[in-house]
Amino acid sequence: MKRYSAFAIAREAARYHQGWERAWASPEPKKKYDAIIIGAGGHGLASAYYLGKNFGITNVAVIEKGWLGGGNTGRNTTIIRSNYLQDPSAAIYEKARSLYETMSQDLNYNVMFSPRGVIMLAQTHHEVRGYQRTAHANALQGVKTEWINPDRVKELCPIMNIEGPRYPVLGGLWQARGGTARHDAVAWGYARACSDMGMDILQKCEVTGVTSEDGKVTGVTTSRGDIGCDKLGIVVAGNSGHVAEMAGFRLPLESVALQALVSEPIKPCMDIVVMANTVHGYLSQSDKGEMVIGGGTDSYNNYTQRGSFHHIEETVRALIETFPMLSRLKMLRQWGGIVDVTGDRSPILSKTPLEGCFINCGWGTGGFKAIPGSGWGFAELMAKGHSPLTAEFGLDRFKEGRFIDESVAAGVAH
Amino acid sequence: MLILHCPYCGVDADETELAAGGQAHIKRETVGSSDGDFEEYMFMRQNPRGVHFERWRHVNGCGKWFHAARCTTTLEVFGTYSAQTLRPPQDLLTHITGKRPGWSFSQWLETLS
Repeated sequence: MKRYSAFAIAREAARYHQGWERAWASPEPKKKYDAIIIGAGGHGLASAYYLGKNFGITNVAVIEKGWLGGGNTGRNTTIIRSNYLQDPSAAIYEKARSLYETMSQDLNYNVMFSPRGVIMLAQTHHEVRGYQRTAHANALQGVKTEWINPDRVKELCPIMNIEGPRYPVLGGLWQARGGTARHDAVAWGYARACSDMGMDILQKCEVTGVTSEDGKVTGVTTSRGDIGCDKLGIVVAGNSGHVAEMAGFRLPLESVALQALVSEPIKPCMDIVVMANTVHGYLSQSDKGEMVIGGGTDSYNNYTQRGSFHHIEETVRALIETFPMLSRLKMLRQWGGIVDVTGDRSPILSKTPLEGCFINCGWGTGGFKAIPGSGWGFAELMAKGHSPLTAEFGLDRFKEGRFIDESVAAGVAH
Repeated sequence: MLILHCPYCGVDADETELAAGGQAHIKRETVGSSDGDFEEYMFMRQNPRGVHFERWRHVNGCGKWFHAARCTTTLEVFGTYSAQTLRPPQDLLTHITGKRPGWSFSQWLETLS
């Protein structure tokens, strides 16, 4: 792989850009791999990358039904933060956030990580107490956040109306090193690095079954033939239940639609990320100038990758009191993704009843920010059978009642 | 937008008039049940790509709970029925099998336990 650099741009500029290589190869499937990851989204590719980088396992295939990064990795609102209440969550999300800091250098791919800062607005007294508690918890966890007053919120985000009659801004939980990154680039950067290590990324290859012998996984059947493996990682977000069924076990989660929308591009007006959980909306401005708005999930099971129309109205209507300027904007695009939500709103990174088969799912509405940490922990789990990052996120926690209850801590946008 | 027919008050209600209540026909566990059974009742849910049975409440209408049969990949609504039953009515099941050949309620129910 030729490295990307300022020198490479100059070199290619001098020869009409004829020398750029394909970023990753499109090989034919081999008969057998040491490990197979189902799902070439951010989490799947990151898992493969750290299997190779941290554990030297490079005989790996990443199998994808559609195209690389075409699921929730390409459909989220690109927010990165780690201000979680519970210790296991703070650990894995902070690991992820810290890996984002150097990801562009590590992958030699510009993922445009922008630590512009994230505010979680407190607009009810309940939220004030909740976020102050989170700020204290974060201090103990070594996650740098602070509680800020309304004047500071206004200073950080002048377009905000903090005196709204219905939902006045009472303060906020501020994480200065949170921010955004270019979501597609995260998938592309990992894919390029995986391909460079000799891994096969098999796109347009649908898994149709999981084969096993004596309770141990032996491979998968796909639309491009049977492929054997010693270890299997299922990282398929909204379709986790469907693939788990092929592997012969059930999961405690439901798939629902989560949607987002963007406005027409406008001049720079907001250089931070704002999350307003009381009104079910979150907002940032993209580099193109679009206001990127995320809403809440639909409340019923859905695999259609589009959300309910009335949720757009509810989301925008609620945000307008806090961001009056939004009322004059035209909305350009709206899209949905299918997220897998567990009972305690925390992910599952776990061994499964099928030996050699591992699952990484349940990221629900907050997976993008976790991609590098999830990959890091899941790769360790697959390689060694255990990982301190994923220890608390096992499937057995639902039976044992050891929940990681972030739905209380994070409200809707999680 | 989903439109569900409320079997109690007879109104064809928009999604905004309703509240989704999750999977229908869950067996309730209580004191004396095993950890596994209780996990099943509390957390394990049917999550099919296709025909699904759900509870809905006509919250901005008559307020009653009812059941609906719906497809999760096309959002087609097959029908609604009373919540006072352990099993969907036979004519609804026949209607669904007509539209989804090869599908059976026992198959949906099987993975439930």
